Amino acid sequence: MTDDFSIIPAKAGIQGGGALVAALDPRFHGGDGVTKEQTEPLFAQQAPPATRVRGYWQSVFYRLRHDPVTLVFAAIVLLIVLAALFAPLIAPFDPYKESIVGRLKPFGWRGHLLGTDELGRDVLSRLLYGGRVSLSMGVAPVLCATLIGGMLGVIAGFVGGRTNTAIMRTMDVFYAFPSVLLAVAIAGAMGGGMANGMLALTLVFIPPMCRVAETATTQVRALDFIEAARASGAKTMTIIRYHVLGNVLGPVFIYASSLVSVSILLASGLSFLGLGVRPPVPDWGLMLSTLRQSIYVVPLVCASPGFAIFITSICCNLVSDGLRAAMDVRM
Amino acid sequence: MSFYILRRVLYAIPIAFGVSVVCFSLVYIAPGDPLQTVLPPDATAETIAIVKHAYGFDKPLPMQFLIWLGRVLTGNFGVSIATRRPVFLEVTDALSNTALLAMFAAPIAFLTGYVMGVVAGCFPGRWLDRVVTGAAVMGVSLPNYWLGIVLVIVFAVELMLLPATGMGPSGSTGFHIYEWSSAKFLVLPVATLAMIPIGILSRTTRAAVAEVRNQDFVQTLRAKGLSEWAVIRHVLKNSLPTVMAVMGLQFGYLIGGSILVETVFTWPGSGFLLSKAIINRDVPVLQGTILTLSLVFVATNLIVDLLQSLIDPRIGRA
Repeated sequence: MTDDFSIIPAKAGIQGGGALVAALDPRFHGGDGVTKEQTEPLFAQQAPPATRVRGYWQSVFYRLRHDPVTLVFAAIVLLIVLAALFAPLIAPFDPYKESIVGRLKPFGWRGHLLGTDELGRDVLSRLLYGGRVSLSMGVAPVLCATLIGGMLGVIAGFVGGRTNTAIMRTMDVFYAFPSVLLAVAIAGAMGGGMANGMLALTLVFIPPMCRVAETATTQVRALDFIEAARASGAKTMTIIRYHVLGNVLGPVFIYASSLVSVSILLASGLSFLGLGVRPPVPDWGLMLSTLRQSIYVVPLVCASPGFAIFITSICCNLVSDGLRAAMDVRM
Repeated sequence: MSFYILRRVLYAIPIAFGVSVVCFSLVYIAPGDPLQTVLPPDATAETIAIVKHAYGFDKPLPMQFLIWLGRVLTGNFGVSIATRRPVFLEVTDALSNTALLAMFAAPIAFLTGYVMGVVAGCFPGRWLDRVVTGAAVMGVSLPNYWLGIVLVIVFAVELMLLPATGMGPSGSTGFHIYEWSSAKFLVLPVATLAMIPIGILSRTTRAAVAEVRNQDFVQTLRAKGLSEWAVIRHVLKNSLPTVMAVMGLQFGYLIGGSILVETVFTWPGSGFLLSKAIINRDVPVLQGTILTLSLVFVATNLIVDLLQSLIDPRIGRA
């Protein structure tokens, strides 16, 4: 995996002059991470306005704006997030209100659009509320793993030597577990529950995240502009913060976005096995697992939580694909 | 070449050691005492001390680990708390059932995914490519536990063609693969398991084929006047190492990551054993199953790496 796209400079306006660092770091050629204020004067001095080149993020947004498929699916993801966020406002019923007469009713029964579950609770309301748990259980581990794994990877890649060996060989051990197995093993050993489930998923995602960050950092570190920056007297922290992170964040971000869908699937899978949230809290995986007993009574109602998981995960996947395409300079 | 093989095999040893450390510590990250499940809640301090000594929990942790490792290396995984059977037998029985599923799911998934990927990669941007890419995205986004439930609803509940769960009709002894009455229990789990590898494999194959097709040597082959079929043959051969790596990984996932699908179909495999062990807090079975499955995964990766170096001489030289 060589996610070196933001490292290879797209040849732009700068010719000759300017600091050596500026000439070598791709972001001065309209790479990433440079704010508009920083870019403008540079180009204003050295490039004629007619051939002004778009900044990296500008061109990413330009490509995203002209990618209707990604936009549509991003809108659906946004809709799902908003629906979960505003569940108390839009849910037609109380997600915890049970009813003895109204158990396992089909779609549309007495205003229950998606029917009722085995305790007579409204499935649509529970799906809306469940989105809060399922989405946060999907996104939070990715965020934590990106922070921790990314940091470890940058340290391993930048320091190199023994530190690199120590960190990366430890990660290799966790690579030796299939992701589902590792998540189930950790969550199972710790006794389940939402916090433990999230912790387990975070631990599952740290090693691959670390590897992506390490690969990108190692590649950047070997490039001339780092050497040039050091020669010009830049402090190590400045080099890491500005030159390394600016070039590593792209691949890390793309990879993290692709993990969201995996994380949602795994999180719901843990709940499905009884290792996620505990009843009666609504959660898509848990709902699927309890409704599974009733497939002979109301099959469509029983399938609906899984459908929610599927739609969310496929939309996240397609948005991530779109982001990758937009951020990949080579394409 | 032989140096590469030796190095790769030796490299698997520290990994396997690390895996066993992780499996051993699983018991200790659990909240509370690992003995909680064995002891009655009203046990006296004296009983606790006796049981602790009997299980070796009174020794320092590294000692405990070495003793445990020594037992595991001789195939002694302890006794299941729930069934009182040796864990080794429980795990091997379950693993053979999981392997049975994988033996059917893997060829189906690999063949379908590969063909789909090659077709898409050879016609990038055309409608066939779009159909395959769309199907592949669906394959990787499907929660396979949900797909299993949907298949059960369609084929077992509505059409009543196939059995919903289990392995063999009730009261039957053994599994007879050549008899439809037994074999029909395989159909739904295998179809469910195959879905994700199909999606992943067709995506990677498409990417690999498309990338090789863009390389300069393909241009040269065309310029030499080779027929399109001969060119495609070269392309496929060069994209094979990438595809094989993914296949190996997916085979490992079929064995090690089948817990969700096996739970849906109550298939008595290693994943089902694991989920039962979690529910019963059966620590020896939990440890034994996870250790076995992860070691199988390590071994699969090793074999794939070696096979890869056989078909791609560039790897061995590096």
